[in-house]
Amino acid sequence: MKHGSNPTDMSKSNDSQMVNNLPQRHRISWIWRLVFQVSTIVGIITLAALLYNILNSTFGYIVIETKVDPTSLTSSSLPVEELTKEQLITILKERISQGAFRTLDRQMPFDKRTRDEVYNLVWERVIKPDVKVTYSLVDSIIHKADIEATVAKDYPQAKLVFRSWLTPRFITTPQASVPLFAGVQTALLGSLWTIAITILFAFPLGVGAAIYLEEYASGNFINRAIQTNINNLAGVPSIIYGMLGLAIFVRSLEPITSGAFLGVVEDPTTANGRTILSAGLTLAILVLPLIIINGQEAIRAVPNSLRQASYGLGATKWQTVWHHVLPNAIPGILTGTILAVSRAIGETAPLVVVGASTFITFNPTSPFSKFTTLPIQIYQWTARPQDDFRNIAAAAIIVLLILLLALNATAILLRNRYSRGLA
Amino acid sequence: MEEVTHNATSAMNAKDSTTPGLDLRKKPRLSEALIQSFLFFCGVFSILTTAGIVYELGKEALLFFADPKINLVEFFTGTKWQPQLYHFGIWPLVTSTLMTTFFALLIALPLGLSVAIYLSEYATSKARNILKPILEVLAGIPTVVYGYFALTFMTPFLRTIFGRDVVEIYNTASAGLVMGILILPLISSMSEDALNAVPRSLREAAYGLGATKLEVAVRIVVPAALSGIAAAVIVGISRAIGETMIVALAAGAGPAFTFNPFKAAETMTGHIVRISGGDLSYDSIDYNSIFALGLLLFFMTLALNIISQRVVRHFREVYE
Repeated sequence: MKHGSNPTDMSKSNDSQMVNNLPQRHRISWIWRLVFQVSTIVGIITLAALLYNILNSTFGYIVIETKVDPTSLTSSSLPVEELTKEQLITILKERISQGAFRTLDRQMPFDKRTRDEVYNLVWERVIKPDVKVTYSLVDSIIHKADIEATVAKDYPQAKLVFRSWLTPRFITTPQASVPLFAGVQTALLGSLWTIAITILFAFPLGVGAAIYLEEYASGNFINRAIQTNINNLAGVPSIIYGMLGLAIFVRSLEPITSGAFLGVVEDPTTANGRTILSAGLTLAILVLPLIIINGQEAIRAVPNSLRQASYGLGATKWQTVWHHVLPNAIPGILTGTILAVSRAIGETAPLVVVGASTFITFNPTSPFSKFTTLPIQIYQWTARPQDDFRNIAAAAIIVLLILLLALNATAILLRNRYSRGLA
Repeated sequence: MEEVTHNATSAMNAKDSTTPGLDLRKKPRLSEALIQSFLFFCGVFSILTTAGIVYELGKEALLFFADPKINLVEFFTGTKWQPQLYHFGIWPLVTSTLMTTFFALLIALPLGLSVAIYLSEYATSKARNILKPILEVLAGIPTVVYGYFALTFMTPFLRTIFGRDVVEIYNTASAGLVMGILILPLISSMSEDALNAVPRSLREAAYGLGATKLEVAVRIVVPAALSGIAAAVIVGISRAIGETMIVALAAGAGPAFTFNPFKAAETMTGHIVRISGGDLSYDSIDYNSIFALGLLLFFMTLALNIISQRVVRHFREVYE
């Protein structure tokens, strides 16, 4: 009984003991305070570790072995980088087989390709660089001498280069099968297209539902059911929405989502409803509860006196909502929507289920194109066992995080601007 | 605005042309009714979504269970999930799901609670203004990034601590621990809200009786906010069960009935993603089986969410 930890025991029998133990109690209090503080710091350290881990893989030394020495390609003294398109085509013609050259020409005629594309082809097909080893950023800085020695011993043919995997080129080139030449343009555009469709559907529906629930709905059974249902939907795992999208948009509504009803099927043998439209609609359903809940909060924050004043002047319900409630609620609604959208941009699982393409190198051109998005690209690259795929995955993560950061900054700016205008 | 004046004048005209005396009855307005029905549709859409989930998942799951080769008893008791051999026992997938969830809670529960107590009871408002946004950043990072983190940081970390022979490249411990970091902000912010809702007078009374800061926090505030904290934990569990990308990347591909956290084992969500990410033909038993899994997952998380709402409603201490 004496050492019982039950609080009621303490208060009954151990009053005098507690007083006598005052220094000890303060010590315990102080220790626990430290524990709480450390826990909070652990959270911050994890965030730092996460960012460190990503940056560490984005930059660093790599060992490259080339099949053909780039300087041996040209008779002139010009390096490959400065050759014209025609000269590059000649090199390609000389170095690769007739059949391979013709296949390339058939995929896209050479006079239609830009110089940069031909230049990349020369690298991919002729010079064929091969990444032997990659080092992390920290290794590259601390153990520079060691790395140089090891590489000189193990790979006498190879070149040691410091490489940043995140370059402007990385953002503007489409996907490729070799990490050295791969980029995220296809995925980035895929993400933007998908998100545009998501907003197009989710914003009006979500705001409409929020207005209905806050301004129109009476407390009857249906409306209470709607409210409970929305709260529950917000907790449904995202992968379930992916399966819903697969069953409804990809399979049942295939004639619509593949574009067949408009007669614009781009590649009838492959798309099969696994299009940007399906992906965007799936994400729209996913973020709808978030937009509704945030919208409701914003509308609820509008003071009732505004509504009463408007009614008092003889305005109808919709006039009151449209001219008085919405303009005051819009900063909150927009902020909520942008937060929901940034959730959608990061979603991966539902899109894998809906059927993102594993490998496409061409940009999306319409809602009926096949798609891949940034998170999907990161997922596929991370899942590969090779080190250099991890590196481009890290670079792609940075692109994604910057995109999210930009969105959130926009949310804050928008909110500040609107609220100033209305004050 | 124009509309308002227009309506006002038309109302006046109407009054002039008819009998004297104001007609104060509400006039039927077509556009208002149209708008209201559109808004009602928006609200009902969410119910359609739920209905769609239950219907579509249920339909495919029924097809799965209707298959003569599927044995319902085996599904719920079997310890082998090998679709090629027509073994559909759900336990390998459930145990790995429970294991990752367990590890997630192992991290998120003590840390999340400590963070919540620190932020609500100890931190100065200045510290809180810095710390809270940082934790919110943690909550806003896409899950696929956490998957990358688990695979390239946590797994090598565990392997250096416990040895490369013990820890496999893909394992449930790594996935679970990183998942804990993911749900930490969720648990901490929900718990903090609950702690903040405890009225100040309770704290002051305890201080007045000579309690230390810790005693106030642990004996007074936490018990008073227990319903909110419990709800936060339940929502955290539901989130951990449904989490997909971390386990898809770090927990391993291939169902395995094991309780060893350092071995690869596929969870329910991981299995759904792997099967649907491959070349999947509709109306195959594989396709139907993932819908059966999805339906189970849906009901598990739904039940947890409903329980958490009930907990809040029934056990909340109401202070005036």
